[in-house]
Amino acid sequence: MAGPVPDPGSLTVVTATPAAAITYPGAQRPARTRTVTSNGLDLAVYEWGPVDGPAILLAHGGFDFAGTYDVLAPMLAEHGWRCVSWDHRGHGDSAHAHLYSWSADVRDAFHVLESVGQERVVLLGHSKGGALMFELADACPHRITHVVNLDGLPSRNSWPDVAEHERTRMVASELTSWLDHRRSLVGRERKPGTLEELADRRGRMNPRLDPAWLRYLVPIGASEDADGWRWKIDPTMRFGGFGPWRPEWSMERMPSLAVPVLGMLGLELEVMGWGTRPEDVEPYLPPGAELHPLEGVGHFVHIEQPRLVADLILDFLDRRRDR
Amino acid sequence: MSPLETRHLQHYRATLALHRLSDGAGRPLLLLHGLGERTPERPPAYLDAWPGAVWGLDLTGHGESTVPVGGGYTAEILLADVDHAVAELGEVTVLGRGLGAYLALLIAGARPAQVHGAILFDGPGLIGGGVRPGSAWIADLDAHADERSPDPFALAELARDVRSIDYATTYVHLACAGSSLDAPICVSTVSRPEWLTAVVEEQGVLDQPLLDALAHYAAR
Repeated sequence: MAGPVPDPGSLTVVTATPAAAITYPGAQRPARTRTVTSNGLDLAVYEWGPVDGPAILLAHGGFDFAGTYDVLAPMLAEHGWRCVSWDHRGHGDSAHAHLYSWSADVRDAFHVLESVGQERVVLLGHSKGGALMFELADACPHRITHVVNLDGLPSRNSWPDVAEHERTRMVASELTSWLDHRRSLVGRERKPGTLEELADRRGRMNPRLDPAWLRYLVPIGASEDADGWRWKIDPTMRFGGFGPWRPEWSMERMPSLAVPVLGMLGLELEVMGWGTRPEDVEPYLPPGAELHPLEGVGHFVHIEQPRLVADLILDFLDRRRDR
Repeated sequence: MSPLETRHLQHYRATLALHRLSDGAGRPLLLLHGLGERTPERPPAYLDAWPGAVWGLDLTGHGESTVPVGGGYTAEILLADVDHAVAELGEVTVLGRGLGAYLALLIAGARPAQVHGAILFDGPGLIGGGVRPGSAWIADLDAHADERSPDPFALAELARDVRSIDYATTYVHLACAGSSLDAPICVSTVSRPEWLTAVVEEQGVLDQPLLDALAHYAAR
């Protein structure tokens, strides 16, 4: 028997500060929301722009949610693009799953892609979402016209270069901590706090982002009850982790792409960033791919410099109609 | 014939069935089934000489354990299943078949003080997805309408689960560093996929037939 899967829609949420009460320059909530069911799991899907426009499928990064495209997506939608994004399983308003994996995220992305229609689409992703879109593009080359990657190019640099005995010790500590966490999960919830506290907590992982932006995100990515605000993300999720995966394996999906590829790298090192350098990426670029290293910009390129990033994307999509 | 006892362990949203198949004095043996299998109702005959109780865990998506919605299997989440059984039983010797053999290696490295010997034996899912990812592929299975066990997503995803060599051997190093045994792992398989060939070449890993391996750990 499957255990109960919480339905975020069934939770009683007393919203003292409705999302509409907090604004941020240029940010627009999606024009349309809907649900896509991925093998029984409900995913929250959002759209900006004309429903009959050519589509861009946008994938957010780990620990984020589709609302983090509230500034970039409207800039693309203004030019006639139908921007479609979704909260990954366990994130935002999508259902919390029993299991989370890379292949499950790719499959969920595929179901959202299928829901957009049978026309070919642009795939765009930030961070983990960028690597995810490489894999989706590689699995479904017949469904895509372009791939845009926003600081989602993991490389060997992203893997600590340490001696074997040191790595063994690190893995031991990570493993024990993760298994202890798994043993303690029954009944666990995210820590509650005020709206300001949640924004501050997020700011520790996103230190370059405008505090006003972080406050804007709270009523979207968190819900409020009698204890205060809690991020909606599944409490099983945590930073770090371990596994057989090597970051460069995602990069190795890139050379096989036959469609135009646009990549951006935020060169400022920061806590959530991957430290990838242009020279790490260049050997993997397929013919005709474009790479823009962005000086003075951190990992969240589309949030720090939305106008610059939107213009690069719009120019690329306009010029590269060689699909 | 049914198990002597079945306990239900809560691994967050999943309920796991842990079956007691036989009684005995001494250290229990925890049996881990292969991919697509379930805990047998009786202990296999090759365990007749094991002095302690024999237990078997149904992994997530298998046997009487929860079949989750929407897949997403990894060996690591099943390692956490096994860890829940270890938390329940205390010190154990682990015998794993196929997929369960890989999990036996992982738990030996993850909980070396509680796992007193891990025996890796042939069974379904031993190879996994090889030492590197395969071609991109989406397991889009029509598997949500019912709760079939074994879960088709488990069969599809764990058949492609990557088992890289340095990752597998890291668990050998962890087991050796934390175990009171000189050789905390024994490979008793006939099949030797790449990850297992690498494991058996490591210090602290025995290469013995199953009955010898069982006798070895029963005596320690």
